[in-house]
Parts: sequence; C-alpha cells; structure tokens
Amino acid sequence: MEKFLMGTYDIIVVGAGHAGCEAGLAAARMGKKTLLLSINLEAVAMMACNPSIGGTGKGHLVREIDALGGEMGLNIDKTFIQSRMLNTAKGPAVHSLRAQADKNQYHIEMKKTLEEEPNLDLKQGEVIDILIDNGKAHGVLLKTGAMYEAKAVILATGTFLAGKIFIGDSAFDSGPNGLAPSMDLAAKLREHGLPMRRFKTGTPARALAKTFDYDKMIPQEGDEEIVPFSFMNDDLQKDQVKCWLTYTNEETHKVIRANFHRSALFGGQIEGVGPRYCPSIEDKINRFADKERHQLFIEPEGLYTDEMYIQGMSSSLPEDVQEKFYHTIEGLENIEIVRPAYAIEYDCIDPLDLKLSLENRHIENLFCAGQFNGSSGYEEAAAQGLMAGINAVCKINGKKEFVLDRSEAYIGVLIDDLVTKGTNEPYRIMTSRAEYRLVLRQDNADLRLTDRGYEVGLVKKDRYDRFLEKKAIVEAETERLRKKIVKPEDANSFLEERGSTPIKGATPLIELLKRPEITYDDSAAIDDERPALSKHQKTMMEVQIKYEGYIAKQQQQIDKFKRLEDKKLDPEFNYDEIEGLRIEARQKLNQFKPLSVGQASRISGVSPADINVLLVYLEKMRRRGK
Amino acid sequence: MEDTIAAVATAYGEGGIGIIRISGENSLSILKEVFDPAADNKEITSRRMTYGKIIDKDADQIIDEVLAVYMKGPKTYTAEDVVEINCHGSMVSLRKTLALVLRKGARLAEPGEFTKRAFLNGRLDLSQAEAVIDVIKAKTDKSFDVALSQLEGTLSTKISEIRARLLDLLVDITVNIDYPDEDIEYITYEKLEKNISSIGEMIEKLLSTASTGRMIREGIRVAIVGKPNVGKSSLMNGLLKETRAIVTEVPGTTRDTIEEAISIRNIPVYLVDTAGIRETDDMVEKIGIEKSKEAFNNSDFVIFILDGSVPLSQEDREIAEYLKTRKSLVLINKSDLTQAFTHDEVKEMIPDAKIIETSFIMGEGINEIEEFIEEMVYGGEIVQSESLMVNNVRHIELLNKGRDSLRDALNMAQMKEALDFIEIDVKNAYEFLGEIIGETVSDDIIDEVFARFCLGK
Repeated sequence: MEKFLMGTYDIIVVGAGHAGCEAGLAAARMGKKTLLLSINLEAVAMMACNPSIGGTGKGHLVREIDALGGEMGLNIDKTFIQSRMLNTAKGPAVHSLRAQADKNQYHIEMKKTLEEEPNLDLKQGEVIDILIDNGKAHGVLLKTGAMYEAKAVILATGTFLAGKIFIGDSAFDSGPNGLAPSMDLAAKLREHGLPMRRFKTGTPARALAKTFDYDKMIPQEGDEEIVPFSFMNDDLQKDQVKCWLTYTNEETHKVIRANFHRSALFGGQIEGVGPRYCPSIEDKINRFADKERHQLFIEPEGLYTDEMYIQGMSSSLPEDVQEKFYHTIEGLENIEIVRPAYAIEYDCIDPLDLKLSLENRHIENLFCAGQFNGSSGYEEAAAQGLMAGINAVCKINGKKEFVLDRSEAYIGVLIDDLVTKGTNEPYRIMTSRAEYRLVLRQDNADLRLTDRGYEVGLVKKDRYDRFLEKKAIVEAETERLRKKIVKPEDANSFLEERGSTPIKGATPLIELLKRPEITYDDSAAIDDERPALSKHQKTMMEVQIKYEGYIAKQQQQIDKFKRLEDKKLDPEFNYDEIEGLRIEARQKLNQFKPLSVGQASRISGVSPADINVLLVYLEKMRRRGK
Repeated sequence: MEDTIAAVATAYGEGGIGIIRISGENSLSILKEVFDPAADNKEITSRRMTYGKIIDKDADQIIDEVLAVYMKGPKTYTAEDVVEINCHGSMVSLRKTLALVLRKGARLAEPGEFTKRAFLNGRLDLSQAEAVIDVIKAKTDKSFDVALSQLEGTLSTKISEIRARLLDLLVDITVNIDYPDEDIEYITYEKLEKNISSIGEMIEKLLSTASTGRMIREGIRVAIVGKPNVGKSSLMNGLLKETRAIVTEVPGTTRDTIEEAISIRNIPVYLVDTAGIRETDDMVEKIGIEKSKEAFNNSDFVIFILDGSVPLSQEDREIAEYLKTRKSLVLINKSDLTQAFTHDEVKEMIPDAKIIETSFIMGEGINEIEEFIEEMVYGGEIVQSESLMVNNVRHIELLNKGRDSLRDALNMAQMKEALDFIEIDVKNAYEFLGEIIGETVSDDIIDEVFARFCLGK
C-alpha cells in the first residue's frame, strides 16, 4: 500500500466517542490545530449502551467536566428528555444528577459542535497505525494509506479496538452496535510493545415502546425543578418523558439458570474481564443466588424512536433464551425485541503504563483516554478525554502537566486510581472511591474547578467573569445571613411550626439555617431581603452553611493528605538506594517513579511501613541539607 | 549507605558468655578480619555457628576462643547483615574483642540503635520499636513488663483488632453510600449506633489502662508537707529503708526539688520534700515557699504529716487549706503518744483525705502507706502482669482522638444524620489508631520517630 502525507496538525485524536470529543474540543479550544478521526462519523458521541448521562459519582464527573470548560454537560442539557437529582434523601455528598438523553439528538448536537469548532477537523477514517520514531509518537496512518503528522496523538478507541461481540455461542469481530471494529490498529499497538489487555462489557436488549404493558410497571417521573448539568445554564424547562421500574422474578431466574451453559460468559469463550459493578443478568443471578429479584428500568432511547432500553439486563445469552427470559418479566410479557443484548470484548491498555497526565510512560507524545485506559462509562471516558486533550496541549507548549489531585476532583480520583493503582476490570467511578466526598460535591464543582480551567486556558474569559459574578453573589448572601439578626418575637412562631426550638434572644439568621429542620427557602418567611439565587447556588450555599463543621473536619483530612502529596519525589530517583525498603516496594517504586510520597503510598505492593521508611529517608536527606 | 555498628549485646558484668553484635553491610568482612575459624577450609556459612579464635593480627595476639555466627540480611533482627560473636563472659575478653571490631571499621552502636535500624528497615512497627526503647529505659520490673508486652506486639494486635472493626463499619457505610438506589439492605442507624459504641468501648478500655501505664513508666511524684520537725525526714528514711533507691534520673526534672527517687512495690516514686507553704513577707523565705508551691502543684498527690501529740495549729490549717482540692494522704504521726485531736477534726479540714496513723519511730504505718500508693496507681484493681497497658503519651493522645471521633460519630448517628458525616468521624478514628502502629502514613509519625530515635545525622 502506498502511503502519502495528507496533512499536518498539532494534535490528532483517534476516536470520536465521549473521550475523543472532549479531547478534540479541548485541544482546539486551547488553540491547537486538531484532527479528530472516527472510524464512522455516525459513531460520533454515540451512546452505545444506556441512554443516560450522570448518576451516582458519574454526575459529579460531568459537572467537573463542565466547570473545566468541557462539552458533556452542555450537550446533555441540550438533549435531555428527563432529569432527576438522585439520592436527595441522603447526605449532600451523594446527591447526583442524572438525565435521560435523546441518544440520536445527543450525537447530532455533539457532531454539530465539533463541526462548528474553528480549529477542529472532524474526519472519517480508520487509523491502522501510530507513527512512532525514537520513542516519540508523531502521527497516524490510515487504512487508505493517508498519513497525518502531529506533535501529539491521543488514543480514544473505546470498544472498537479488536472488538468482538458475543451472543450465545455466536461470536464475531465487531465494534459496538454492529459498526466495523478496528483490528489492524490493535495488532500494531501490541507490536509497539504497549501492555494490552482484554476487557468486556455488555448491553441489554432494546424493545419497542408500544409492546410494553405500562400498567404493570412503576412510573419514574423527572424532577419538577430541573437542575442543569452545566453551570452555564440557569433554568431549563422541558416536557419530560417517563421511565419505568419493574423486577425480575423466580421464573426469570429459572430460565436463565437453565441456560447458563449457553452463555458465552460461562462457556469460556469470553476471555475479557467484565465490570463487577455493571454485571450481566446471568452474572447477577450466578453471584447473588439468594436474591429473589433484581430491579430493572425501562428507559426511552429518544423522542424520534420507539426503542426502549432495558437497564440492568445486559446479557450474552443466545437470542432465543433472551426472548424467553425477557418475556417472564412483569410488563415485558409481550415485548418485541428489535436489538438483542450482547457482550463485547475489546483491547485496552494497562493504565499503569500511563503518567498522571495520561501520557504513555514509554512512548512520548502519545496520550490515552477513555475505555482504552480500562475505564467504563461515558462520563469516565469524557473526563479522561478532556484531561488528555488539555495535557497534550500543555506538553506541546512546554508547560507543566495539568493534574487534579484526589482532594480537588472526582476526575483526579479517577485518573489517580487508574494510573497509580491500576484496575483489573472496567473501572467505574463511585462516590466511595473519593476520600473527600463531602468537599467534592456536585453542587460546588464550579467553585472547585473553574479557576483551574481558566488558568490552563480552557475556560474562557466570559465564562470566568460570569463565574466570579455568581460566586460573589453567593458570598454576599452568606455574609448577609451572618449579619442578619432575627428576634424571638419575629422568629419563634415560624420555628415552632417546624418543630424547632424557639430562640431566647436575638440570633443571627445563619445560626437558624444550621438546624437540619430549617431550610433556606423556608426561612424566607422571616427574612424579607432575598436576592435571586438559582437552585444550585442555593443548594451549594445551604450545604456550606449547614455542614460547616464537618466540611472543616474534612478539610483537615485534606490538609494531611496534601502534606504527603506536596512531598515531591524525583522521578529519576533510584529506590535501590534506600536499604530499608522491601524488595517488592523498591521494584514497584522504580517501575512507577511516583511524583510524590502521596502517590507512592497508593501504589499496590508498597506498604505503609515502606512509606515510613521512605519518609524517614527523605527527612534524613533534608536534615543533611541535600 | 548505613555504616556498620557493633556493641556488647549482653548485660554488663561477668557472665557465662557475652555476645558482641555487629550489624551492617561490613559485618562479614569485619568478622573475617578478626576471626580465625578452626575448620581447615576456613569457611563461614550464613546461620551456622562456627568455632574459632578471635585474633588481633596487628599485635599477633589471641584474644578469646569463641563461637561466631554470621546471618545474612534481610531476615535478621535489623534486616541487615548481622554477626554475633559469643565470647567468654569476662569483661576483659568482651572489651578487647569489641575494641578490635571497632578498630576494623565498625562504629560503637548508640543505645537502641539496633532497634532503630530494625524499625527503619521495616522489621518492627512503630509501637514495637517504641517499646524497645521503653524496655531499654525501663526503670522497674513493672514498666519493663509493659514495654516487653508491647514489643511482642500486644498493643499492635489490640489496635489492629479495633481497626478491623472500624474497617468493617466503614465498608458497611460505603456500600450504602454507593448503592443508595439499589434494593440492598441498608445499614440501620440502630446497627450503626451499636457498632460505634461497642468499638468506642474497646478504645475506652485501652485508655483506662493509660494512667496506670503512665505511672508505671514515669513514676509518680509525691510531695511531702508538714510543719518543721513533724517527721518528714523520718518518713523518707522509713520508706527508703524498706525499698531500694533508683539509680536512673528522670530527664527534665530539676534536681533540687527531687529529694529521693525510690521504688515502692515496683512503682517509681519521687518524694519531694517541701519547705512549707506559709504566707510570708521575708524575701528569702518567699523564694523557698514559691519553689515548694511549684513542687507541690506538680505532684500527683500529697502526703500531709500532722503531729498527733499536739493540737492542730494555725499553720496546719493553712496547709490544709491548700490540700482541699488535692488528692492527699494525711499521716497522723506519733500515734504512740497521747492523741491531741480526732480524725473528725482532720476530715473537717480536708473532707476527702485518707488518714493513716503512723509512728515512724516505732516503724508503724509504712506498710499502709505503701499499700495506699500501690492502690492509687492501680486504681484498686489487681493488675496482672500480662494485662495490656498503654503508657506512651503519643499513644494516649491518639487513642483519645480516636475515642472523640467515635463520640462525634455516635452523636451524628443518634441524630440520624447522613452517612457522609458519620463516615468522616469513623474514618478519622481509623486513621488515628493507624498512626499508633504506623499503619497510617503520616508525617507526624516521622516527627515522632526523629524525636524518639535521635536520628540527627
């Protein structure tokens, strides 16, 4: 095949899924001439699995992406058809936003945004090799022989890379949703010596909306008052669709159990490792044998399709078995399945091979993002794409890498987990993975990250000014509440109505707001100077006031954590010099070359005792004045 | 690279054998320089006792006939290469062998330095290493026992047990935080409360041994007050006669206020004589009185001696005024003479005082005083030697913090507040306890290590 140069860019992004889109937009918006390649332009921002964005932990990621100047929040705000704030009965740390998307609309809007971006070229083309010389990536080769040169390449291949679909004992090479897989690139990456692995994920069947029996299912409505994902949107009003809740039953489980042997998962055909946190239905029934039922949600795929997504029921059982077990479920007795459930296996890299900047440790200027790094989920992918895009630009500009730490963002937790601890299954973000989740709330993501996004140049001046203005409004209002004194004669009847202890003397209003039973909105009854605040400004302020003490406690934990993060380690240091370290710890540290003691402490195989040895060594060096 | 250190590892004095220990990367080469194995092949194998002679090659002199063993690291006490030379127990032999070893490049180990290396090399956890220091510095049999049990890891085991419970609790909380939408069994607030309080009690129990532990380790200060010639010196002599004096001095105390350090029933006791606490205008006397007051205020309790043969004086009453709020033992001395006042009169002045009648001249009452001191230290309970005691200030502080965190957690659980908050407190407790055994990585620990092990250069 004849090869020919077709163009030169600053940055090339391979793959235009959720990671690739964010990477491409970030790079272009930071002023770099960027090429975004997709194996099929119909696959741009494709939601290959569930038709929703956000959820526990994931919603946090989306708001962080938005605060940093990413696109996902804006795009879902344009295309959602139902929105809910989850877990509102729980503590503020786990309140999570989730929206149902019109899948097709989501793809169309994102594609439009990409096409309109001045520095960005979106093209269809299958990348079959990365151009690498002297350990540096400098371009890509397409199946057509076309070559593109660039200063940095970002890999975001998703489930396309050596994708293989399993439905029962039928297995065939395929990308998601029947699209063509990327086979040649997979082989080349292995040749380049990247530590590749096989992971697996799956998706449930889709069935026609008109064939469900809605009387047998529990409707799930959207919120009346919608909280937008993007901090750039104040109010969103929209007619919302319903989702539906139903459950599996003993009959369902019986059918599945009787056909375990026909599942690709248990038949041994699938070598890839699946996610524990998003298991297929046969996996759930196998692992939680005692459980009498599993819940599932029926979600519309969009406004211009009759397809419904059956959440919680992914499977790799043969089509005839699928037909049988779906029909055992209440409300689903007569559904007409139009796309069967399938499992998909794909190539991904061992993320331990990456730096915190998502650059490969061994191939310079090669950045990696999304499912390619062993994660699962649109939001996890987008977050990495954004960070890889930013970091590729920083690298080209000779600037310091842009890293968020675990106390700053879920994005920091996600990336640190992947590249420091590694993962043996598709990694999903969860609120419990964040140590400092009371501070890393979804309501204050803009407060945490807008400054960082502005510094690095992705958040533009108009957005930043808007942010500062809104921040000032909240601060002024908090200050006003601190100074506003209420008298017993004005407040006590209000307090008694809410079962709250009456006050004895004049009290600052802010003190009353610290009581769990008094909300900011309610207290308007005894406060006549309310400024206009959006719902999320109110939420943020209220959480900040009510849980001041605990936020302070968490802040202390963070300070402690930061002390170890701030103890920097020389990436050139040879750990064999520290005699007290166990051999395994020495090897691991030499292999990883962590950037801080904090990061070192999270490497598996490095024990607290090793870290103490390391700390003592560093302190001795410091005292020697080295 | 650490240098190679050496020291006599057995107790000072004559014994059947005495051992020189060498640790560091030059251990073997130093051994080879000073040791001549009897076997023809002259081989020294790791972990095999080898018979031979210690020879000073420079002076062409045989120093001793010994058994030597070389143990290759890292599975040794210090995790370094270690050599032990079993000499004959005479001081001369030991001293000469050690001098030779030092001449061949080893450095004389500082007290506790082998342990320090064991800790730094990850062989001992922090509380164990601290215990070794305590073993070395132990002043009495009792404090030695406590330190030794810590060295064996008793405290570590206990702390690890508590942390395991805390970890279980954290997992329960986390599962509920993560899957709030799924229909898995929620942790109930009742269960939370029950777990938090029971773990809190475990910490409480450890802490209850703390004050005893501290007294056993550091000893107690007893101020003796009373007007002149009431028998203060006789009391001290009486107590001294029965017990043995302690050689070691407590660091940081001023010599002039400690009159005597003695061991009463294995508890180190510092007796402080005070000049008297009268109000005065005399400048010189005032300084003396100020000093007495200071000693008096720093003491764990006060022995107040009255002369039973004369009525209570104004001066007695003035002293009593100071004692009202203090833990005190009142001795009515000269019980062999006719008594000039009753116990009730004393009780009237100091309601909570324990009263013992003594006659130092007749040697009566000393035993009761000792019993009182012992009971005070052990809180009236009979403490068995294997029972765990916390006696390190750092440990006590961390246990206190852990307990306080759990109190906050319990409070939040009782108010049915969100798990997020409870988790912060439980996590804090988990981390504080981890710091005791070095399982939590924290640079505070490092400060502590440097403070305790003098790691200077």
